[in-house]
Parts: sequence; C-alpha cells; structure tokens
Amino acid sequence: MIYLQLFLVFLEVGAVSFGGGYGMISLIRDEVLSHGWLTEAELMNFIAVSESTPGPIAINLATFIGSSQGGLLGAFLATLGVVLPAFLIILCIAALLKNFLKYKGVQGFLSGVRPVVASLILATAVTMGIRVIFGLSSVKESFAFEYKALVILAVLVAVGVGSKCLLKKKASPIVMILLSAGMGVLLYGVF
Amino acid sequence: MKKPLPKLLALFLSFLKIGAFTFGGGYAMIALLENEFVARKKWLEKEEFLDVLAVAESTPGPIAVNTATYIGYKVAGVLGSILATLAVCLPAFAIIFTISLFFDRFLSLTYVGYAFRGVQVAVVYLIASAGFRVIKGMKKSVLSVILASLVFVAFILLSIFALRFSTIFYILIGGAVGLSVYAFGVMRERRRERLSAAPSEGTDAEKREGVSLEGEEAPEEQKEEEK
Repeated sequence: MIYLQLFLVFLEVGAVSFGGGYGMISLIRDEVLSHGWLTEAELMNFIAVSESTPGPIAINLATFIGSSQGGLLGAFLATLGVVLPAFLIILCIAALLKNFLKYKGVQGFLSGVRPVVASLILATAVTMGIRVIFGLSSVKESFAFEYKALVILAVLVAVGVGSKCLLKKKASPIVMILLSAGMGVLLYGVF
Repeated sequence: MKKPLPKLLALFLSFLKIGAFTFGGGYAMIALLENEFVARKKWLEKEEFLDVLAVAESTPGPIAVNTATYIGYKVAGVLGSILATLAVCLPAFAIIFTISLFFDRFLSLTYVGYAFRGVQVAVVYLIASAGFRVIKGMKKSVLSVILASLVFVAFILLSIFALRFSTIFYILIGGAVGLSVYAFGVMRERRRERLSAAPSEGTDAEKREGVSLEGEEAPEEQKEEEK
C-alpha cells in the first residue's frame, strides 16, 4: 500500500529531522533509496528543483516524491506526514511546555544530536559526490570516472569561493544551479 | 477568546506570501518573518521572536513549519497555528505538484537531460556547503567533535560497502550519547558535592534524580555507585 507507506515514511522523517531542510535530505535519501522509489540521480534532480522553487525544501521534496509515487493523494499524504510531527510538537511546546528549552535534559539531547546532523549533511554530500564523479556509490557497482562532473564541481567551488572572497557574499543557490545547468549542456551536449 | 476574523485572515495571507516568495528553505525565511511580524505588524516582540526561533531550531521538522505553527499559535491560538502552517505549505505544494506532472516529459528532452547532469553536481556542491556552514556554526566541544567525526567516517564507510544502517539511528544514538554525557556530568557534580558536604544526605537525592532521568542512564549510575 504505497499511500500508507508514503505517509509513514515521511511521518518518521518529520519526527526525527533536526536542523531543518538540509538535515532532512540525508534521512529522505536513505528512505527513498532503500524503498527503491527513486534512483540517486532522480533524487538529486528533485533536490535541485526543490532548491530553485519557493517554499521549504522539506515540503517541496515530500510533495515531489509523494507525487512521483502516488499522484495527488501521494503528494498530499507525504506532505502531511512531514508536517504533522512538527506541528504537534510545536503546539505542545507553545501551549504546555513554555520552558521546553530550559530543561537541561533537552539541552543534553540536542548537544549530541546537533553534531550528528551537521556531520550527516556533509557525509551525504560526499557520498553523492562520489557517485557523481566516480559513477558508483558502493564497491558493488562498476567504476566510471566522470571527468566532466569534476570540471563542473571545480568551477562551482571556484565561483563559490570567489564570490565569498571578492563580493563578500554567498553565491545564491539558484545562480549555482543555473550555472551548472549551462555547463552540463555545454560539456555533455556540445563536446 | 474568539479572535476576530481579519486577524486570522491577515495571518493566513502573511504566511501564504512568505511560503510563496522564499527561496532556499527555512533559514532564508527568518529575515522575512521578522520583518513581517516584528517590524510591520508588531504581533511579536523581538524577544519573543528569538524564543520562537530557538524552539524552531531545537525541535524536529522543517524550520518554516515550526515557526509558522508557533507564531500562528501566539497570534491566534490553535486555529491560528493551523492556518499559518497550512498557508506556509500551500504555495510549495501547489508549485511542486504542478511541476511533478510535467517533470518526466521535461527531463526526457535531450538538452534538459544534459543540463540536469550538470545540475546534479550543483546539488552536491550546495549540500556540501550547507554541511560546512552548519559544522562551522556548531559549538565545538570534545563531545561534538568526536561524535561528528565518528558519524562522518561511519556513514561514508557503510555506504561505500553498501551496508544498510538507517540514518535515524545515527541521530537517536547521538541524542542518547548527549543525554548520557549530561547525566554523567550531573552525577559527578553531585558526588563531588556529597563528598564535600554531609555524605549521608546526598545518596537519597542522587537516587531520586537517577529515577527521573532517562532509562538508558541506569548502567552508568550503577558504575558510579560501585566506585
């Protein structure tokens, strides 16, 4: 039953995803790949679209994945699943536990969760990067070095670092996505 | 305690606007929220707004949803929280659902396919830079550095060797470790107090404290007592 599965998976993700949208990506990736809903490349396309459209990334991703697996109802249930835990937890805190953050136990718990989430974000990027550049994500798959992907990554890093040092401003995600789309057309289509 | 409709409507429209015009997720939304609710509408004090943010960042779920629910509740109760949350999700849902109907056909165009092969690299870059940003902003302590490094190495090794270990477990283990370290610190503090003050009084208090903490700390407490 795909609808129930979508709802439960996103309910679970919504309930344990600390640290907002990016923290959620590693959780969603894990679930989506292990259920065989999407390939890594498809997921990355979805993430790119979610980054370049307005709204919270988590909602965008849930809607997108839900829709790809179960149409409108799937999209609705996945989004509801990801929102519901946050909504209920915040409601409890706002109405009953006003001193939520003052409990030392909560701080203790978060002091362990925060570094883990930070590290998961980076580790997810590295795993995706290995896949994009070496064409494999585990030793079970065959190796195919994608030098074009490496070129694109190098240009993005150069632009990112350059804009931070010269313009004192973080390059916007949309600029990076458009830039890489252009390079993709150029490298894969023209050359 | 019934709020007048205009306020609810204004709340709904504000969050609809914020949901429709913020790119780049929750953190990009914060400046907009502050401008809308603290500076313009004056529904929240600056202080209250900072509290809302602190809670939103410390609880699971999308930051945008957390802040919408909280601000909605503060401004207009339960109904307010429902409307605010609905409003902040609605534009994203409608836009993405529409895109998802055409996405496969769009992607099957040859050059769009090439473009997205490039875009996948940008996704790696964006997630990595978000990761660096979060790690840079993280409070550095022995615990956090050890936890972050262990998780990083474990995650990459397990995924290279295609071993399945749910990401949720990393987060829960991290939380359990953080809680244990905190409980351990409390117990050592109490022990020190007990040794310096009257020794007979402390024991009872410590036992009571131990019960009120999480179950998983029990073994550590025993170890401490055996010493």
